[in-house]
Amino acid sequence: MEFGPHLLLASLEGFVTAAILALTAMGLSIVFGVMRVVNVAHGEFYMLGAVIAWWVASLLGGHPAIGFVLALVVAPLVVGALAAVADRLILQRINYDPDRTIVATIGLLYIIQQTTLMTFGPEARPVEAPFNTRLALPWFEFGDKGLTMFWPWGLSTTSYKLFVIGAAVAILLGLWLFMRHSRFGLLMRATQQDRETALAFGIPVDRVYAWVFGLGAGLAAVGAVLVVPIQQAHYLMGQDPLLLSFIVVIIGGLGSLPGTIIAAVLIGMSDGIISVFFTPTLAKIIATLLVAMVLVFRPQGLLGRRAQ
Amino acid sequence: MFRLLIWERPMLEVRDIHVAYGRVKALFGVSLVARPSEILCLLGRNGAGKTTIMKSIMGILPVTSGAVTLDGEELSALPAHEVPRRGIGYVPQGRRLFPDLTVDENIEIGLLARNQGAETRDWVLEIFPRLRERLGQHAGTLSGGEQQMLATARALCLRPKVLLLDEPTEGLQPSMIEQIREVVIKMRAEGVAIVLVEQRVDAVLSIADQVAFVENGRNLETTDAASLRRDPEKLTRYLGV
Repeated sequence: MEFGPHLLLASLEGFVTAAILALTAMGLSIVFGVMRVVNVAHGEFYMLGAVIAWWVASLLGGHPAIGFVLALVVAPLVVGALAAVADRLILQRINYDPDRTIVATIGLLYIIQQTTLMTFGPEARPVEAPFNTRLALPWFEFGDKGLTMFWPWGLSTTSYKLFVIGAAVAILLGLWLFMRHSRFGLLMRATQQDRETALAFGIPVDRVYAWVFGLGAGLAAVGAVLVVPIQQAHYLMGQDPLLLSFIVVIIGGLGSLPGTIIAAVLIGMSDGIISVFFTPTLAKIIATLLVAMVLVFRPQGLLGRRAQ
Repeated sequence: MFRLLIWERPMLEVRDIHVAYGRVKALFGVSLVARPSEILCLLGRNGAGKTTIMKSIMGILPVTSGAVTLDGEELSALPAHEVPRRGIGYVPQGRRLFPDLTVDENIEIGLLARNQGAETRDWVLEIFPRLRERLGQHAGTLSGGEQQMLATARALCLRPKVLLLDEPTEGLQPSMIEQIREVVIKMRAEGVAIVLVEQRVDAVLSIADQVAFVENGRNLETTDAASLRRDPEKLTRYLGV
């Protein structure tokens, strides 16, 4: 394939990665922003989302779309509820002490991972996409006869991948509207800005925290349900998203939601493109290098604010 | 005579509270009473524990012994977020607005605390008409005086029975100070019990009904302001002014 079409193909893959990453990293960013909790178990909530999607889809049978749609609803709810319970049982008991929450969420990571290994097993299991039409893409070139359009061999994507991009954009837009215009969004933003004053104005901060932790985990689970028809569910699949989410959140600025989206697109695209042209390992190396550069030259992240 | 009867019924009572920040004890037995239509001023040097008293009343700092009660209900036994819902409006030191929320949203937070509606919102915006022009602006971008107005407005949104004000005039220009003062006096006239922390002695003497001296985490004595105005000798003794 020539360079141009090849780049287009790589960018499309990058967009899919970016879309999933934006959802997952957004969950991490919200949890950090509001609760100041560094959730090391975030990748496991992602993995659980994928595993639950497989359960739902395989139990249901019938047309793959039925199972998929149900999984898209059930998985985030179950994972979110589980996270909220973990918040109440563990994080609230240790008073959100920064050091202890890190240790506690590492513990949570292993509990979830090993429980999944014991029940779900070590296999990677696929979930069938609800629709998966192959879409050939055209390419344009200036030749002797002016602008011509042709269909390069191998330049194609699937309807499902386009759906993933669209769904991620829709969910993030919905999240933004929810944060800006709902009552709970207002309470969340107030709690984020000043926990003590929020308490002094009757905001039940404990409950807000439990909901936020659930919301963050739910976002990771949604990302995983979307990815599982492309990538398969596996008990170790949470590691890469965790690393990439942290990279995104650090580059974007901890707690900054627009920063998170910009960084997710940046990292997702570069990950996709570099993976196609070179190797996935190089992509991770470059992303990690970028984090180091950001930490040296702009420690608050692209859109983050300096601590006052 | 009639007024006296109202005065006798204590609204907010702080009874011998002890409070600590972790292992560091900050209050060693503070007792206060704030009654309706009365301004109780806390006077004391920096670090004496005035702000700590306010935070303990709000339940932000847990009381290790003693109790805070409002009309007989023990506030110090409630979770912190339930305290304002009983009718306590708090204007914290340094205003503590939600800086990235708009003026309107800051007011909304105050209204939500006790499910107040449009009527209270209009009432508050009538008291501070300046805020009406700034509704869409982020609270962090307001001037100091406007921020103080908003902090006061947010507390009034609870239609409080008790209003706690922690150095509300700190760093404000005289015209602003006068405006805040008028609002405090207006609230007293409407039957609110007011607890005011204030550094400037002249300001305290001009509006206080009762003055409590706080030193080293204890309150020494509560006197009525009228006698203090006649005989300012105590001021010299407790504050060195």
